[in-house]
Amino acid sequence: MSAHTLDVRRLLCPMPVIRTQNKVNELQAGDTLVVSCTDPGVLNDIPAWCRINGHKILSTKEHDDEIIIEVEVC
Amino acid sequence: MSKQYKAAALISGGLDSLLAAKVMLEQGIHVEGINFYTGFCVEGHTAAIRKKHQDKAKRNNALWSAEQLGIKLHIVDIVEEYKDVLINPKHGYGANMNPCLDCKIFMVKKAKQWIEENDFDFIITGEVMGQRPMSQRKEVMPVVVNESGAGDILLRPLCAKNLPKTRPEIEGWVDRDKLLAFHGRNRKPQMALAKEFGFEDYAAPAGGCCFLTDENYSTKLVDLWQARSSRDYEMDDIMLLKIGRHLRPKPYFKLIVGREEGENKFMQGYTKTYTNIKTVSHAGPLCLIDGPADKDDLLFAAQMVARYSQGKNEDNVILSINQPNAEPYEVSVKPLAASEIKQEWHV
Repeated sequence: MSAHTLDVRRLLCPMPVIRTQNKVNELQAGDTLVVSCTDPGVLNDIPAWCRINGHKILSTKEHDDEIIIEVEVC
Repeated sequence: MSKQYKAAALISGGLDSLLAAKVMLEQGIHVEGINFYTGFCVEGHTAAIRKKHQDKAKRNNALWSAEQLGIKLHIVDIVEEYKDVLINPKHGYGANMNPCLDCKIFMVKKAKQWIEENDFDFIITGEVMGQRPMSQRKEVMPVVVNESGAGDILLRPLCAKNLPKTRPEIEGWVDRDKLLAFHGRNRKPQMALAKEFGFEDYAAPAGGCCFLTDENYSTKLVDLWQARSSRDYEMDDIMLLKIGRHLRPKPYFKLIVGREEGENKFMQGYTKTYTNIKTVSHAGPLCLIDGPADKDDLLFAAQMVARYSQGKNEDNVILSINQPNAEPYEVSVKPLAASEIKQEWHV
C-alpha cells in the first residue's frame, strides 16, 4: 500500500475526473490518492466516479479555493 | 451457462444514450459506458465558472447517467486527437463549426478500438434516425457504420428496427423484437420510455452537448484562427473562448475581459502565461491579452478595461499591466467612452 498525490488545480471537470481515473488505474488496491482541485464540480464528480467504479472516498476538505479529496483504491 | 455478451455504450450524458444503454441492460447484456471528452463538451461546470450560475447543479451528466444505469463509465480524453476532426472534417460543418458527422464517425472508431482492447462484443449508441440534421439522417447512418470500421457490430437500440440487422441481432445476442423503431425529431417516445424506466431529472440540453453547435462560440473560434493565420488551438484557447467578453481592437491582439467575479477568479489562473491588466484604483475586471500587443496597444487596452471598471466615469483610473517574465507597471488612463468602443471589436 502506498500514498500518492495528484495536482489537478485549475482544470475544469471532467479533466480532474479523467486524471484521477487514469492515476487510479495505475495504482494497486489499498493505495491512496490525494487529489488537489479547484473546480467545485469535483465535489460531485470524483465521488460519483468512485461510486461507479467501486473506490472509496476517505475524506473531502475545502480550504479557501482549494478542494482536497482522498481516494482509496479498492 | 450461456455467455453474457458485452457492449460498450457511447454515453454523452443525454437522454438517448441513457435509454439505449438501459434497453441493452434489460436484455441481460453487460454494458459499460464510454464518454469522450473533446474539450468542447458543454458541462454545467463551465457555466458554473460564472458566479451567478453557481446555484445550478454541478454534475457531470455522463457520470450521472452511468450511476443511474449502475454501469462503469470510462471517460476518455481525446482533446489532442480531436483537433484533426475539427480542423479537417471530411464531411464538413453543420450550421456552425460543428463537424457532427465526422465527430460521430471518430467516436465510433475510437469505441471500436476500445472494445478490441477490452474484449467487448459490440458497440451501442443512442442515435435516432432523423433526429439530428447532420449526423443522424437516414442516408448518413450507414456512413458512420462504414467509415468508423465498426460494420455490423454497431447497434442503435433506439432505432434498430428501422435499420438492417446487425451481428448482435443476427447471432441472437440480443432480441431484435425488443429493440425500438424511434425516428424523427419528436422526443415524446424517448420521454415515455424514460418514464417507463423510472428516469427523472435527466439532462435535456437545449443547444446540444457541444460548444461547437453554438453560434457565438463558433464565431470566436473562427476569429481566433483568422487572427493567428492558423487553424489550430490549444486547450487554454478553447477554455478561454467559453468565458469573458472578447474584444479585438486590432487584428493581432484581443482582450478577454471578465464579466463578473467567477470569471475573474477563473481567469486568475492564466495570469502567469498571459499578459494581463487589472484595475488598481477602482474595482474592475481582470483582462487577459491574447496576442502580441506592444506598449501603446496595452495602454489603449487599459483604457478599454477602465471602461468596464467602477471608475468608468472618472477622469483617471490606475491599472497594473503584468507581462510574463517582466516587471509589472502601473498606468493612469482616462477610460474610453462607451461610444469609443466600436461594435465591430466585439467578437
